[in-house]
Amino acid sequence: MIEAIKLAITVAFLLAGSFFLVTGSLGIVRFPDTYSRMHAAGKCDTLGVSLMLIGFIIYQGLDLVSVKLILIILFVFFTGPVAVNAIIRAAINSGHKMWTVEGWKEWKKERIESSEGLNDTSG
Amino acid sequence: MSIFEIFLYILLITTSIVLYRVIKGPSLFDRIVGINAIGTKTILMIVVISYVFERPSFLDIALLYAILNFIGSIVISIYIERGGVTE
Repeated sequence: MIEAIKLAITVAFLLAGSFFLVTGSLGIVRFPDTYSRMHAAGKCDTLGVSLMLIGFIIYQGLDLVSVKLILIILFVFFTGPVAVNAIIRAAINSGHKMWTVEGWKEWKKERIESSEGLNDTSG
Repeated sequence: MSIFEIFLYILLITTSIVLYRVIKGPSLFDRIVGINAIGTKTILMIVVISYVFERPSFLDIALLYAILNFIGSIVISIYIERGGVTE
């Protein structure tokens, strides 16, 4: 009985972690800008890894193996956002452009105008 | 079949979603972020594999992979920022 409850809690933690991982991956694919993609990658990955490894710690109980898992959690928790922050600093210092609403509206207007022009010439 | 094998497939699907951004990505930084995210998911994949095959010694490889992933991202970003790794 205790084993079944432990397995259920583990699977719940694993499902929560994989939900955050899938959400972060969709954010990396779907966001419009490099900086917002980094925002999705930095937070969701850290939370998802932490939740999934906490699930494995609950499944394992307290022994040497779970100490290794706790070490992995601590390392990812401290270094994941630092790595993404270093990449963002490199992007800002090398002059990468940021996404703005005005720029997007201009791009959309230009695209509509150019497509209308194409329709006029073809029609 | 262990119940953890399902999460292995979920992680594989997630990795292939991020792989789209790595291949298609307009700028270099998108690719670096995608590779960083794939490395983070690889750590989890090794942990899940160690539970599927019941080999706890794979966790050392996962810890090593976390360290390598962090150092790789830091070195690539410093290289791009300064134009070289050394001062």
